[in-house]
Order: sequence, then structure tokens, then C-alpha cells
Amino acid sequence: MSTAEIDRQWTTRLRKRATGHLPPEKLLPDTQPAYVSSWIYVFGVTTLAALMMVILSGIILAIRGPQWWHSSAIGHFVNSTHLWSVEIFFFAMIVHLWGKFFMAAWRGGRSLTWVTGVVTFLASVGTAFTGYVSQTNFDSQWISTQAKDGINATGAGSIFNVLNLGQMLMWHIVLLPLAAVLLTAIHVLMVRVKGVVPPFEENGATK
Amino acid sequence: MSTKPFRPDVDAPEYKGKYVPYDIIKEGTIAIIVVGLLVVLLATLFGSPDERAITVKAWSNADPIDFATTALGELNGSTVTAKYGAPYNTAAPGQNLGPLRLAQFAGVTIPVNTVRDFVINPLSSLPYDKALSAALSEWKGASTSQQKSWVSNYTASASKMTWSNNQINVPATNAGPVPELINKLTSMARSGALDQALVTGGGFYTTNYTKPLLFVADGTYLANLAQKQHLLGSQWGMMNETGSYPGQAWLWLYTFWYQVPPFNTSTNADVQVSALMGLLSILLLLLPFIPGLRSIPRKVRVYRLIWREHYSD
Repeated sequence: MSTAEIDRQWTTRLRKRATGHLPPEKLLPDTQPAYVSSWIYVFGVTTLAALMMVILSGIILAIRGPQWWHSSAIGHFVNSTHLWSVEIFFFAMIVHLWGKFFMAAWRGGRSLTWVTGVVTFLASVGTAFTGYVSQTNFDSQWISTQAKDGINATGAGSIFNVLNLGQMLMWHIVLLPLAAVLLTAIHVLMVRVKGVVPPFEENGATK
Repeated sequence: MSTKPFRPDVDAPEYKGKYVPYDIIKEGTIAIIVVGLLVVLLATLFGSPDERAITVKAWSNADPIDFATTALGELNGSTVTAKYGAPYNTAAPGQNLGPLRLAQFAGVTIPVNTVRDFVINPLSSLPYDKALSAALSEWKGASTSQQKSWVSNYTASASKMTWSNNQINVPATNAGPVPELINKLTSMARSGALDQALVTGGGFYTTNYTKPLLFVADGTYLANLAQKQHLLGSQWGMMNETGSYPGQAWLWLYTFWYQVPPFNTSTNADVQVSALMGLLSILLLLLPFIPGLRSIPRKVRVYRLIWREHYSD
């Protein structure tokens, strides 16, 4: 097989394209621009760490089933870790989002990074909501019967029935987490490809 | 050759400054450990709420009058579900957003007939009972206008409803089988059999609680309990949960609109708030492409706080 023939292979072309856009030193950098030194940058990695905790506690809950935590002290504790990791996740993500807004982090060809971040936020809101209506307790009864009106009024209730526990649980543990994790991965890779947005230029000078 | 002008809200200056060491793996590991410890600490200190779900059995035993009144409402078409419209029935056109009736356009995809699904079918699943069997036969054999007449006569006296000797008493005349139907449904509910009948109507296996949830929400028992927990819509309920927990605090803006004019008095508030939040979400999503909005960060200059070390150099 000739080199030209190998170079035409889909696999070779994909690898070259991927490593061209994201060489190892960009994927796992060991230096960064000096301006990346504010406390605000902590919230991006905090969001990722909290997401890992959400997934880990969710996996443990999934192993024993949706009602285990009502009858087991350990289950209730795992549910508590799930709840608090979700709270930290949203707190960190919202501070991260505001931080990126005030940095105008979409500059320099980073608008798709912003877009994937916002879509991830919206998908996360949906994931959390379906979790709240899948708790199989008083909260899920009340939240689902209240939320149905908002969703039904848009017509979405015709296919997205918040009173259907089985459907909501599937959205909560399969469809929406898959979307949220995939979007997060794309978002993080985009940050690595483009790097962290530089500060605004002031007085016509670029540092 | 022309050079594209530099747009400060779209383009980023080329950074020619210094780089500093950065250990991304170490940073990630520390974040996971710190967040993990914080999660365990918060879970240990505060736990999580788990108020038991209410049942039709609990509701009808705690407040048989409310249950029987709701059951009558399912018969006479006065409950929220009976009057809902799409996706449950065609009783109402539903909310409108200008000329658009989105729910009606999507159609009835989760059919709920409150007379059949909440009263007649559950009662029909009970073991043989001579009086009940006669009442059901009389109901099923009657014309729609006759059924309405019976229900109307019973409803006219329903304000005098009492609960004594384990039965519902209403001084109604010409109500046909309705008193028997209401009484037997209340007894069925108080035994716990109605909980099962409402969920197993579709077969042995089910994960769909649409019907029992709609029925329970039609009464006042659930709402009264929610009010004590500060969960009503007027109490920013959608984002709260039982106890003193943060709940879905990130829904604050969605819930906020329900508290202010014109939405707090609008009969189309649900679709209007949903549309407004949809619009705001699209604006947030497309912020980098919207002139004016994308200039806000540069003009408010909060970035000087974020990059204060950079600018002080």
C-alpha cells in the first residue's frame, strides 16, 4: 500500500485533522497565559468536578433503583450527595457563565464555545427538572402537577408528559445526561482548541 | 489589499505576553477532592428532603368531603382536569399566545375522560356488590342528558354534604345512581383500592402516574399541604422543595414572571411565561452575534476586576 493511499484513508485524515486542531500540548497544556490568574477561572473546573460528583452519585442511585433511597439510610445519604453536588454544579456553572459574559469570552472565534456552554446550561436545567419530578415523593407529586401547565401550554406536553414517571426517569438518567455530558465534552475541547480569551485591549495597546 | 477592521466585541487581540506554568491534571484532581469533600460535608450536615408521597387513600381518609366533592367535580365536569383541554381532552381550547393555540394544535395525545377514568372504570373493577352493580347498570344504561340531570340535581345539594357513619350524605332528590357512585368511590378510596385502580388501568406493569396525579391535584388536599410547605405558585413554589432546601434556585427567573404583572393576573400566563423564557434563552444563546448586547461587557468594565493583575502590570 502506498503512502498516498494511506493518506487518503478516512481514519488517517480524521487523525491528522484532530491532531492538527488539538495537538497534545493544547489538550494537556503545561503553561498558560499569565492573565489567567483570577478567582473566576476556578468556577469552570469546579463545575466539571461537581458534574463528576453528580454522575457518580447518580450511578450509585441507579444501581439500586429509583425508590431505594426512601427505605435505606445509605440510600438517603447517597441521594443527599446527589442533591448537593447538583446545587454546587449549578452555583459554579452560573458564576462561570456570568464570568464569561463579563469577559466577552466569545471574542476571537470563540462564539461556538459560548453557544455550547449555554446549550449545556439549558440541558442541565432540563436534567435537574426531570430529576425533581422523578423523586417518587411529595416534592415530585407537587412539582410535576404544577409544571405540567407550563409545558402543556406550549404544546410540548403532548409528547413530554411530566406526570409519566417512567418517561421522566428515562429523560433524567439517559437522554438529558447524555446530552449534557456530550455538550460539556465538546465545550471543554473547544476551550482547549481556542485557548482562554485574552483581556480587552485598552488605549490601543496589546500586551 | 484591505485589512478587516478590528471589532473589539468580536475579535480578540493577539496575546504576546508571558506564559506561566500550569498543571491542568493537578488542578482537576484538587477540584475533584475539594468538591467531593464539600458534597459529603453538606450531605452530612443537611441531608435531603423526602416527604412521603400522598395517596388517594390518605387524602380520602384525612378529608372525605374534599375527596367526594372532587369526585363529584369529575362527574359534573367542574374540576381542573375535566375543563383542561389538550393534551387531556377537548373541553377547552387552552391558553393562547396571540393567535396561536399551541396546546390545541398539538392535540389530545394523553386522553383523560374524568367520568370514565376517575369514577366509572375504577368502580367497575370492584368485586360484585349488588347496590353498586345496579347503580353502574343504571348509569351506563342512561342517556347522556339523563346522566347530566342526575349529576346536576346532586350538585345542587352538594354544599350540604356531610360525612357521618362512614358515608357521604347529600340531601339530593332525583339524583339517580349518583349518591351510590360517590359513596362507593369514597369507600374504595379510603380502602386504598382506588390508588391501585388508577395506576393499573393500563395493565399489570406501569410507570405512568398521570391519572392518579391529575385526580389528586384536582382536590384541595394536595394544595393545602403544599401551602404549608410554601410551595404554591404565589410562593415561588416551582423552584422550591419541602423543608429549608435551596431547591431549583436556577429557575428563579422563570418563577419570577409569575409574581409580576401582567403575568400574575393573565389567564394565559403559562404560555406567555414559557414564550418569554424561550425568547430570553435564545437571546442568551445568540449573545455573541447581537450588536449592542455583546458590547455590554466592554462598556460595564467588570473585566478590569477580573483581569486586574494584567492591567496593573
